[in-house]
Amino acid sequence: MTILRPDLAIISANIAPGARVLDVGCGNGDLMAALRDDKGCDARGMEIDSGNVSAAMARGLSVIQGDADVDLLDYPQAAFDYAILSQTLQTTRRPDLVLEQLLRVGRKAFVSFPNFAQWRIRVSLMWGGRMPVTQQLPARWYDTPNIHHVTIDDFRGFLKERSVSIEGQWFLSGGKTTSAAGANLLAEHAVFLLSR
Amino acid sequence: MKDDQRFGLNAHVKLLGPLALDGGGSLAPVEIAYESYGVLNADASNAILICHALTGDQHAASNHPITGKPGWWTRMIGPGKPIDTDRFCVISTNVIGGCMGSSGPETDSGDGTPFAMRFPVITIRDMVRAQALLMDHLGISRLHAIVGGSMGGMQAMSWAATYPDRVKATLIIASTSRHSAQNIAFHEVGRQAIMADPNWRGGDYYGGGKTPDAGLAVARMAAHITYLSEQGLTEKFGRQLQNRETKTFGFDADFQVESYLRHQGLSFTDRFDANSYLYITRAIDYWDLAEDYGGVLANAFRATKTRFCLVSFDTDWLYPTAESRTVVKALNAAGAAVSFVEIASPFGHDAFFLDVPEFDRVVDGFIRAGGL
Repeated sequence: MTILRPDLAIISANIAPGARVLDVGCGNGDLMAALRDDKGCDARGMEIDSGNVSAAMARGLSVIQGDADVDLLDYPQAAFDYAILSQTLQTTRRPDLVLEQLLRVGRKAFVSFPNFAQWRIRVSLMWGGRMPVTQQLPARWYDTPNIHHVTIDDFRGFLKERSVSIEGQWFLSGGKTTSAAGANLLAEHAVFLLSR
Repeated sequence: MKDDQRFGLNAHVKLLGPLALDGGGSLAPVEIAYESYGVLNADASNAILICHALTGDQHAASNHPITGKPGWWTRMIGPGKPIDTDRFCVISTNVIGGCMGSSGPETDSGDGTPFAMRFPVITIRDMVRAQALLMDHLGISRLHAIVGGSMGGMQAMSWAATYPDRVKATLIIASTSRHSAQNIAFHEVGRQAIMADPNWRGGDYYGGGKTPDAGLAVARMAAHITYLSEQGLTEKFGRQLQNRETKTFGFDADFQVESYLRHQGLSFTDRFDANSYLYITRAIDYWDLAEDYGGVLANAFRATKTRFCLVSFDTDWLYPTAESRTVVKALNAAGAAVSFVEIASPFGHDAFFLDVPEFDRVVDGFIRAGGL
């Protein structure tokens, strides 16, 4: 069994067995395989990179090569119990529209993202004066896929503005969960469970 | 099953029919030439049907009786290969309208003479219904998978739409849900080349004597260009001259690409019947799956339980990736379990016959996911 990335482990632990799931930006299908094998979920995936798609398909998973910014429109409303967007939100061209689509095709949505307000990043920008390169965000400013950096407070503000309900939230630092208090300063990653 | 005459190489069956055709008429008897590789299990649940492309035939994994060359998909079908004959009973049929033993313009019309142009115009769905008759004959009520590229992919789609309960998984390679104006135009060039050959004689050329080889060769040459990519042609031939130092300032095949195409055209006439080419290209031109479902492609797949996998190739300009995406979109709208990948290859439309390891892995993974 593959050991899941901490944010994926949280998502997996909070999905009901047998659920219909769409993993947007599913990579090579680690989460999908875990959901299928451990929880009997009907998991589908979307992934932009053809090498990852082939790898996931070679594991027998149903994955389509597609772009979250464009191809979510093809799915009917509430086609899935959960739509998942893990570590992908910040790479999309229009995160706001992608979130709308996510909450349209899924009755609930899991969203995880790296928190750009974590203190190490703040320090790096404050004292270094340069775009931070950290373990979580290893790419440099010119080759990063992360084109829409977001903080936990930004995201909460956005949800409030759009009247999206938070059904659950988890915060990670060094692979361990941390408390919601001070998460915007302390957490490296956030996982939200959302609904309309 | 060992002594069961229904299975094995070079099999042929004459089924009573009648087979009602989309064009209005019917066909009886229905002759089908086919082969099987591997052993059908006790509950007949391990059958995989292979559907060939326009100029293919049932010899997918055996030597071709006319050319002596290995079958067209030996790299995919065999023991331990992605379509594994140790685990599956793989069945490969010649489509009706074809010229390798299934009912077609070359076969007996019932009065001792070949049908020639009296053979009814058929559709992709007619081909599929004929295959379903064969599956009945073989005692296979449900296919573990159906696999096809190009026209074979159209048959696979048509199977899934026509017999949703008879197909567990459908693999559609380098195909399309409808023939475009450009696709039809290329086919029409080929048909006109055949019909313009004085030896075609309204299709009545079977009595011995000359056959419309020149026309058929031109048809093949024009079509062959559409199967290759510009990149592939450039890499293979560029502007290189054929066995000569300089241009001849004549109309001989100066360029290697000309010589190659002429060879492709001529060798094709050894193994293919011109009238079959007319009938099969016509069937493909009539292909528009959505048309039979109120113009909405998703309706062809409503409530389907079949798993689907579509594969396109980035240099295929005959049925480009957008055509596969149209099908994926419809399958998503229908809530089907669908996979799709565009694979990079320099070989154009013909990539599915050639060495593309990533493609093999995808086929293997998709087939394995169905169990057995």
